[in-house]
Amino acid sequence: MGFLQIASAHKAYHTPEGAQVRALDDVTIDVRNNEFLTLLGPSGCGKTTLLKCIAGFEDLDGGDLLLEGRSLKGVPAHRRPFNTVFQNYALFPHMTIAQNIGYGLDVAGVRKPERDRRVGEALEMVGLSGFDSRRPAQLSGGQQQRVALARSLVLKPRVLLLDEPLSALDRKMRETMQIELKNLQHSVGITFIFVTHDQEEALAMSDRIAVLSNGRLQQIGRSTEVYDTPANEFVANFVGTSNLFTGRVTERNDRLLTIETANGRRLAARSDGFAVGDGVTLVLRPEHLRIAEPGEGGAGCTIEGTVKDAVFVGSIVHVHVDVGFGRTAILHHRHERAGASAAVAPGASVRIAYSPESVHLIAAAGG
Amino acid sequence: MIAGDTVRSRRRRALLLLLAPVTLLLGVFFLVPLGIMVVYSVLEPGLYGGVEWTWYPFNYGRILGWPLNDYEEFDPIYLSIFLGSLKIACLTVLFSLLICYPAAFWVSRMGERRKNFVLFLITLPFFANLLVRIYAWLLLLRPTGFINTLLQGLGLIAQPLDMLFTSFAVVLGMVYIFTPFMFLPIYANVEKLDYSLVRASQDLGATPLQTFLRVILPLTAPGIVGGSIIVFIPALGNFIVPAFLGGSKVQMTGNLIERSFLQSRDWPFGAALALLIMASVVLVLMIQLTRAARTQTKGAV
Repeated sequence: MGFLQIASAHKAYHTPEGAQVRALDDVTIDVRNNEFLTLLGPSGCGKTTLLKCIAGFEDLDGGDLLLEGRSLKGVPAHRRPFNTVFQNYALFPHMTIAQNIGYGLDVAGVRKPERDRRVGEALEMVGLSGFDSRRPAQLSGGQQQRVALARSLVLKPRVLLLDEPLSALDRKMRETMQIELKNLQHSVGITFIFVTHDQEEALAMSDRIAVLSNGRLQQIGRSTEVYDTPANEFVANFVGTSNLFTGRVTERNDRLLTIETANGRRLAARSDGFAVGDGVTLVLRPEHLRIAEPGEGGAGCTIEGTVKDAVFVGSIVHVHVDVGFGRTAILHHRHERAGASAAVAPGASVRIAYSPESVHLIAAAGG
Repeated sequence: MIAGDTVRSRRRRALLLLLAPVTLLLGVFFLVPLGIMVVYSVLEPGLYGGVEWTWYPFNYGRILGWPLNDYEEFDPIYLSIFLGSLKIACLTVLFSLLICYPAAFWVSRMGERRKNFVLFLITLPFFANLLVRIYAWLLLLRPTGFINTLLQGLGLIAQPLDMLFTSFAVVLGMVYIFTPFMFLPIYANVEKLDYSLVRASQDLGATPLQTFLRVILPLTAPGIVGGSIIVFIPALGNFIVPAFLGGSKVQMTGNLIERSFLQSRDWPFGAALALLIMASVVLVLMIQLTRAARTQTKGAV
């Protein structure tokens, strides 16, 4: 493959106090052609730094960027075949919408008939035909967003870089734009590199997700891979909600493992590749947990607890269960219209049940 | 409805009360003297100062070319002094712009503490008396002054440079005085410039020069225009700098006005000169205002 290779990228900053912050620490990503790749991570994880380095606004301290095998070292931002959609859109306030979209064509010296035709096409593509002579200030946030997209896509870049472009929009608008962006990416066939701290957004839109933390790449894979089989505790916690229990494998019966935690809790899990004595972390997703029926439950597949809170969020109820030793487990309970919620009222004693197949196991660090 | 009306009338009364002092001040100390100037400029000069109350348009005539034939001759010197003043004012604007525009970018990207310190330094000259500062330039520029002594000491020149009492000295002094007035409006504008727009321009393929001409310059134009007007107006009428650094060789309209009032005691002539300067300034402002209005309506479409 080797479309756009980010090869062991390093970048450090110095804080005003003189401390060194590693913004990028040996990050290697092979970006594929025509894919929708999301760089996901909390603020300060290095995702925006990486985007700026790809765009050419900043230089890497070490490592390299290769576009189809050719290094981009020393190529200034205005000569890279990449375009950026900025977080605040960065539309030129002194130009009309048409002038904004035509800007890149103008500075490249594209002749007027072709320029006007392409600007018209770009406006149509984002559904803003007829807005040509307006000014950015006269448009809503969502419309400005579309102009920023059109302004970049009209240049037919090899890669479109998007720096948290949806964060300024309200929830409904954001969800609409997520679908639109995804469809747009399919129809234009351009590689999108999308930066966000919103894991739901990442899961909804991406072909692949690269999770970053403290400047290091934690995991890269398809959305479902990252969600179902997180590589470490950070990914398990950051992408979706997880209930984590750390312990040591004490028994192995074919593929059925028994894991004993430091508190003496015994939990079952079905998995390959672990032996007795291995340190592991169990990842239990809230949707895989349920309230056990009285008398039900196999050995090791239940956890006793007391309901602390039940948060109604619509189709489901988030039930927070105190499972002892200062730990709280979260499970998703299907909401039912009448009654039936007495079982999850705060204070109720419950048993949480799960199936050993639904557990994902992470090898403990250093274990 | 009734409550709304009372609130509104109360607001109006409060507004009038607030505006009264400034209205009074401008009325008494600006409009009335201006009126006196307008009236005096078309009256006959008195023999020992003051005016004779007869219609006499020839004060303007002496400057613009229709003198009272049997009594005075048209002297183009006044027009040429006026044009000379215009040239010096324009050069002052140009050079202070060339100094302040890059400096504003430089300062705007400094850290908070350094920035405040630099801004303090820029306003520092106001703490010293203007005459003292002009005298300092006199000492620097004269043939036995610091600059000539230094250059001669270094062996770079054999004869002292003739810098004092030249247009160069006048423009230098004016630029020196008016730099803060140019700097502050430009700085206020540059400080607001959204740097992500510069990034966006680069990102869309613009070279640094294209980014400057198409994005940075148009967005900082209001500061440039504002600073230029604030410098141009007082520079055109300035008389202290040419009086000290221009001597008798470089005359500006300001000196002419000062002499008409205080030395030749020809008040109507001085008033006519002053009003002509004012008219040219108002003309410049009107051009700017109509241009600004046009860009605004263009923006609203």
